[in-house]
Amino acid sequence: MEELDGEPAVTLIPGVNPKKQICFDWGPGEMLVCETAFNKKEKSEMVPGCPFIHIIQKDVDVYSKILRKLFNESHGIFIGLQRIEEELTGKSRKAQLVRVSKNYRSVMRACMEEMHQVAIAAKDQASGRQFSTQVSILSAVELIWNLCEILFIEVAPAGPLLLHLLDWVRLHVCEVDSLLADVLGSGNPSKHESFWNLVTILVLQGRLDEARQMLSREADANPASADMCRILGDLMRTMPILSPGNTQTLTELELKWQHWREECERHLQDNTFAASPALESLCKIMLGDEAALLEQKELLNNWYHFLVTRLLYSHPTVKPIDLHFFAQSSLDMFLGGESSPEPLDNILMAAFEFDIHQVIKECSIALSNWWFVAHLTDLLDHCRLLQSHNLYFGSNMREFLLLEYASGLFAHHSLWQLGVDYFDHCPELGRVSLELHLERIPLNTEQKALKVLRICEQRQMTEQVRSICKILAMKAVRNNRLGSALSWSIRAKDAAFATLVSDRFLRDYCERGCFSDLDLIDNLGPAMMLSDRLTFLGKYREFHRLYGEKRFSEASSLLLSLMTSQIAPRSFWMTLLTDALPLLEQKQVIFSAEQTYELMRCLEDLTSRRLECEEPNAQKLQDDDIETTKVEMLRLALARNLARAIIREGSLEGS
Amino acid sequence: MESICAKFVSQKISKTRWRPLPPGSLQTPETFATGSWDNEDNYVSLWSIGDYGNLDSDGGFEGDHQLLCDIRHDGDVMDLQFFDQERIVAASSTGCVTVFLHHTNNQTLSVNQQWKTAHHHTNPSGPVYRGAPCTGIVCDNPEIVTVGEDGRINLFRVDHKETVRTIDNADSSTLHAVTFLRTPEIVTVNSIGQLKIWDFRLQGNEPAQILSLNGDRVPLHCVDRHPNQQHVVATGGQDGMLSIWDVRQGTMPVSLLKAHEAEMWEVHFHPSKPDHLFTCSEDGSLWHWDASIDMPEKSSLFHQGGRTSTFLSHSISNQANVHQSVISSWLSTDPAKDQIEITSLLPTRTLSVNSLDILGPCLVCGTDAEAIYVTRQLFS
Repeated sequence: MEELDGEPAVTLIPGVNPKKQICFDWGPGEMLVCETAFNKKEKSEMVPGCPFIHIIQKDVDVYSKILRKLFNESHGIFIGLQRIEEELTGKSRKAQLVRVSKNYRSVMRACMEEMHQVAIAAKDQASGRQFSTQVSILSAVELIWNLCEILFIEVAPAGPLLLHLLDWVRLHVCEVDSLLADVLGSGNPSKHESFWNLVTILVLQGRLDEARQMLSREADANPASADMCRILGDLMRTMPILSPGNTQTLTELELKWQHWREECERHLQDNTFAASPALESLCKIMLGDEAALLEQKELLNNWYHFLVTRLLYSHPTVKPIDLHFFAQSSLDMFLGGESSPEPLDNILMAAFEFDIHQVIKECSIALSNWWFVAHLTDLLDHCRLLQSHNLYFGSNMREFLLLEYASGLFAHHSLWQLGVDYFDHCPELGRVSLELHLERIPLNTEQKALKVLRICEQRQMTEQVRSICKILAMKAVRNNRLGSALSWSIRAKDAAFATLVSDRFLRDYCERGCFSDLDLIDNLGPAMMLSDRLTFLGKYREFHRLYGEKRFSEASSLLLSLMTSQIAPRSFWMTLLTDALPLLEQKQVIFSAEQTYELMRCLEDLTSRRLECEEPNAQKLQDDDIETTKVEMLRLALARNLARAIIREGSLEGS
Repeated sequence: MESICAKFVSQKISKTRWRPLPPGSLQTPETFATGSWDNEDNYVSLWSIGDYGNLDSDGGFEGDHQLLCDIRHDGDVMDLQFFDQERIVAASSTGCVTVFLHHTNNQTLSVNQQWKTAHHHTNPSGPVYRGAPCTGIVCDNPEIVTVGEDGRINLFRVDHKETVRTIDNADSSTLHAVTFLRTPEIVTVNSIGQLKIWDFRLQGNEPAQILSLNGDRVPLHCVDRHPNQQHVVATGGQDGMLSIWDVRQGTMPVSLLKAHEAEMWEVHFHPSKPDHLFTCSEDGSLWHWDASIDMPEKSSLFHQGGRTSTFLSHSISNQANVHQSVISSWLSTDPAKDQIEITSLLPTRTLSVNSLDILGPCLVCGTDAEAIYVTRQLFS
């Protein structure tokens, strides 16, 4: 065992006295807990405890209505990702993977959006707060995902890396847009109380064009500072940046950037902006002055914003490999020893260190459900970043996380269908897990059963198909729906059960003298061969049909063959022989002499056997009386038929 | 191609139905009902695709359907039909049949009529009723016919609390769907591949006619009747096969068309353009079948993703006495001459498409992936 990564969280169960003993049992996604009095000898303490069994769900997020949309939509993306051709290599593959990653993020953002709307519209504070918490969790998750996308999937080189990071910060520190609208919406923007804050934020985020426009407004409103604003604006305009379409090399960029930086420094030394502390501070920021940056802690919000701004103005061509160094120092500087890093900080730091496993591990600990880690790990696995890592249990990490996530889905009342596809894409343990889960789905309607059956049949899970059909057949028997039961056992190819149901049919026939469910029995077709008893049932019914259609000779040979071929159960022979009676009594001769001998042999066979295993009692005696009369009648009829048959056959041959 | 709009609704959708338009109306449909299944709480919901006066302030774009109202439904919604403009009949997995009334003035739904144990299993050892899922409904004002897993057929009148007529043990297996053939006649399909025609004028519990798939006894899951030619019936089976039947002749389907890879859950003729047929399936696909014959050289005009159907059997025999002009294009299909053009309507494969409905140029379908798809330009 590895050591624990953190203190396990304590969950208090309302209604359960923590001082008492409790017992529990694990389920796939939940746990059963109840009070117990295990091993307590003194009986006087048997105070009636809590009479309830509590179900404790591990994964409450699954039950959020809005998050269900996330699960369903991301399921589609997941399936699409699994289908990405393995042959695709190089650029096209990377582009595809980046697009998949963006799709995942857009689903997250859509959820966040909706959750935000709900949080605002929430009537009571508690639920509003709950939704707001979820919004912030989702937003943190999306932040991490986005960073992973830049660092691990996009694998941006020096130069473009910073542009991506800038986009990342701009996307997640978005209060500035509402502030911008607010300031511009006011009558006199430059007199707005947040004007300088806004300009500073724009500069911190590298949105220099917008900052320049702001400065020009200030210049218009305040002629005294117009010159200074123009100079700073020029500096902003001339700052060399890497644009996506530009072909200049990094060395060229660095050279230009050094020149620009010297110019900024010169202005600062010349005290160009001495008259305006705000402008001077902006210029310092643009020089990457750490002290000046840290003064804007409030506006920077967090250390990673600080990091990106710092890189923008002091190391614009930072290499991926150096990121972790700047990240660590930025974190240290920003927190300044006042507070300790939170889980989110640790996760981001691990990402900057390119330690994927650490990212996933920290996320698994910090987040309450497996959705995020499972999907991210799967995506990174498709980027071929995780192949070397094997766990000491189960298979690899991707599969482990997917299994966990899918099991969570199966624990849910209706999300289980999504889980199927996740199991399908776990090569090692997916199939067995799926088999175990499928057998445990409650089947309240045939329609649901058919859906589960389809899943099993598509995967050739014959054992599960059999067991589901058997459950349904059993249910049908209990509901007195013999036809249905027979259909299900035929589908399961369950000979034993088909025999059982056929016996029920035959018993009902003996009791009522007519068949039920003819629509089924008459149309058995090849399915009749499933069990001997079912064959007998079908054939016996065929005999009745032939008899009803007055096709006596066909009917009689069928009847005889049922006995001679031993298909008919011996217990049923008497009924068959009785059925032969009216045929024997017909005007024309139906049974030939040879057939009559056969019938007689059957009868003698039956009666002699009966005599062997005789055990007299009152009821039996009465039954025997009827039985004896029957046998007598049969013998008489057989003898008469034999006589007629011999005469007829003799005279036919003679003529 | 038509634009199709998807919305995730956080419940697995079992049925989708357009609200019928008032007779003679030229409007396009704008309200549909859905039923959910396999949720802890199931709902019957009404949705609007019209603008309905609210100015899409919360980021909703044009065409996105909005929830009008919903009501709890006990058990899975197994089938759903509009009885008239205001009333919706829902079949439940508990065996209950409920009529819901839609109050348009305050956008609410309420229970109008309910038959609690419409479908049930009889316990051999006592009079205890155990509900059996009601699987299909068909309405023809004022009558409602329901079928269920108990093999029972019920005839209700919307304003009568009592059952008007019950056929017990109408089927030894599960009845999956029902539709009207001509007014006193209904047709049911069951889980052993049979199509039975029942005439309510006849006494007794025997069907007027039984037609069946030969051989494999493949369960049939859905049935629809041609809107103009009442003898033409389409069914969909467990193997995804589409069968066209002519109930006037033979006991076997006229043609079997290879279609989906899994259960076909619903089949619908277009109510006003019956040469168009729509099917949906457990395999996550939704297909548009076009058998209109006015397009010469159709094979060169295939849509992307379209495919030609394969005819497996063709047992039509005595057509000589039927005048050519009245033969439905579904019956006259000659594998050599005409081809049915099939277009897949959903952009990507998803989980099972459980239900679809078409009215005018609009189509709505619902899936197990908890999404409702709507398109308003079917024939553009």
